[in-house]
Amino acid sequence: MKRLLKGGRIIDPSQHIDKTADLLIEAGRVKAIGPNLPAEGASVFDASGLVVAPGFIDLHVHLREPGEEYKETIASGVAAAVAGGFTSVCAMPNTRPVNDNASVTRFMIEKANEARLAGLFPVGAITRASEGSELADMAEMKDAGAVAVSDDGRPVMDAQVMRHAMEYARDHGLVIVDHCQELNLSAGGVMNEGRYSTLLGLKGMHAAAEESHVARDIMLAKLTGARVHIAHVSTTASVEMVRRAKQEGAPVTCEVTPHHLALTDAAVVGFDTNTKMSPPLRSEEDRLQLIRALADGTIEAIATDHAPHHLDEKMLEYDRAPFGVIGLETALGVALTVLYHTGLAPLVRVVEALTIGPAQAFALRGGTLAVGAPADITVFDPDREWVVDPKRFRSKSRNTPFSGWRLRGAVVATLVSGRDAYNAESRAA
Amino acid sequence: MGFNQKDLLGIREISAEDITTILDTAESFKEVSRRAIKKVPTLRGKTVINLFFEPSTRTRTSFEIAAKRLSADAVNISASTSSVTKGETLIDTARNLEAMGPDAIVIRHPSPGAPHQLARLIGASVINGGDGAHEHPTQALLDAFTIRGHKAGFAGLQVAIIGDIAHSRVARSNVHLLTKMGAHVRVAGPRTLIPPYYEQITGESEGSLTVCDSVDDALSSADVVMMLRIQRERMTAAFFPSLKEYSIQYGLTLRRLRLAAPDCIVLHPGPINRGVEISSEVVDSASSLILDQVTNGVAVRMAILFLLVEREGH
Repeated sequence: MKRLLKGGRIIDPSQHIDKTADLLIEAGRVKAIGPNLPAEGASVFDASGLVVAPGFIDLHVHLREPGEEYKETIASGVAAAVAGGFTSVCAMPNTRPVNDNASVTRFMIEKANEARLAGLFPVGAITRASEGSELADMAEMKDAGAVAVSDDGRPVMDAQVMRHAMEYARDHGLVIVDHCQELNLSAGGVMNEGRYSTLLGLKGMHAAAEESHVARDIMLAKLTGARVHIAHVSTTASVEMVRRAKQEGAPVTCEVTPHHLALTDAAVVGFDTNTKMSPPLRSEEDRLQLIRALADGTIEAIATDHAPHHLDEKMLEYDRAPFGVIGLETALGVALTVLYHTGLAPLVRVVEALTIGPAQAFALRGGTLAVGAPADITVFDPDREWVVDPKRFRSKSRNTPFSGWRLRGAVVATLVSGRDAYNAESRAA
Repeated sequence: MGFNQKDLLGIREISAEDITTILDTAESFKEVSRRAIKKVPTLRGKTVINLFFEPSTRTRTSFEIAAKRLSADAVNISASTSSVTKGETLIDTARNLEAMGPDAIVIRHPSPGAPHQLARLIGASVINGGDGAHEHPTQALLDAFTIRGHKAGFAGLQVAIIGDIAHSRVARSNVHLLTKMGAHVRVAGPRTLIPPYYEQITGESEGSLTVCDSVDDALSSADVVMMLRIQRERMTAAFFPSLKEYSIQYGLTLRRLRLAAPDCIVLHPGPINRGVEISSEVVDSASSLILDQVTNGVAVRMAILFLLVEREGH
């Protein structure tokens, strides 16, 4: 079956393409990009006025299955993903049981395959049960489909264990993803340590708790030669260290979340528990430095850290509520609103950070519209305004800090291997 | 009389005019407590619930007496945060309380912001009786009432607050109140118990806030000294080495008090640790207004209950 996306603005940073053209899909793959492609035998999608980009890739989501299906399932998670323009997501291993073995890895992939929406790349655990001591079965998980390993949320505190994990992961072609947080230094903290934590009487987590851990990981990356990806960087000094490490040729990449690009710890005033996540919302200075680092390529990926929690859990007192917010269905709108429509980053750069940037960080297939590549495609309107209404989310959870926000930039259609995985409205001709 | 709000959640959210209104109203209620029959019918038929998630004798009793002297029905509920699991606390507490039809709820809770969250869920007036290390607005108001009874005004007044600043809701509320009213506040204590950026918490206000490197600097020529209770468990968490060392380095003695202005008054929110943060000689000296604070607490809380429950259009 052939499909023709007609007259869209095709932005594919992997090929340095930014032009108005047609895109032809045949047998689930990109067949051609060019002007006035023949429409015979193809269903035609009028993409005029819209951006046609490679399908977005999210390096960091929590889909809660197995074990916490009341928050999210893989099926609801990948439905939320395609509604947000993501055709691939990397699922973190902090499920119950932890994804520390090939059975869980395979289970997750099978569940995603059944849903036939976004593709799922599992991230396995670094250590058994993410307890920080014994290495998990990394090579078996890799064979089952894992693309990286991480003890996300329960960072490996023992530097020797981390060194061994890096050495082992390196030989098996796995990226080490680290949630950088020195747990002793941040113990008891529920928000960024700064003027607002002091004002609100909430216990703070100082930037140094993240930064000292980032410094350690960069040193270990240099020592071991392992590919290290710093998850959700959130402070000025963290990005500065990553920037310097890259200049020195260290194999280090990093990501930033939409909420750290859009919000600061000032949002905690009022005690909305949907402003509670780890790492916490930081200062305005940090936020601006994150935007700068994303614009200049120091940060290669926008990743949501989509972390669903049930309303009952988020309705607790601020210091007792769980960390985390969802982000799949607001990522594009937030990113375009705070980066592109403010003039702080060009549209092409935002698309790059959602496509080829993350693909290269984890060496994933996808993130490109190269001829012959699977037709994973996101069509979006960069100017369409919409108001965030959590009740309309496909995710099972509602814990967004952006409820009621007027965003500019909306997903129109998401194609996975040429199939309609999401369509905001029928534009088929 | 500009005060027309549903809740009293913190001093940060209210204006200098609001504060003056509350203090002026308390003035008239203070007289009630001096009568032979200490009761007025102002809030007859109204219900006040004291919902305490932390142990408290002083504040709870003070609110109870305040409500009863206004002829309101006062109910005390001691709740625990330890046994509840996900989702049960705030929503269910709020729904249960709402079902009882109270006019005002005084809440004390170990979590900062719990009163703010509760206030959004229920129609009754919510009064913050102390939320974690965040605010304790009624304490700051009764402190201000006590100061006002002994000093010409707040403008230019030098106030020293000494002790565990980090964990003190009393300090935060007093800093907001005093600087809004034009006083100059200096805080001092072990550096481990002074949170970062503390001098920035006031925002734009008439007065000023300074973090001092030593207790002696903070006390120098002070018109008012507020000592904060030091909790034993801070010692085990490595904030300071021992109570003995704390007492010597940071405690208020008669000798140290001589650094302050000659007519300096001494306040303490209680309960006091004699011989730790404050010596017995200071507690029992003429400078000490610690018992006046307790007396004034009832009048100030009567004023707050009255202003909230009988607000315009309610």
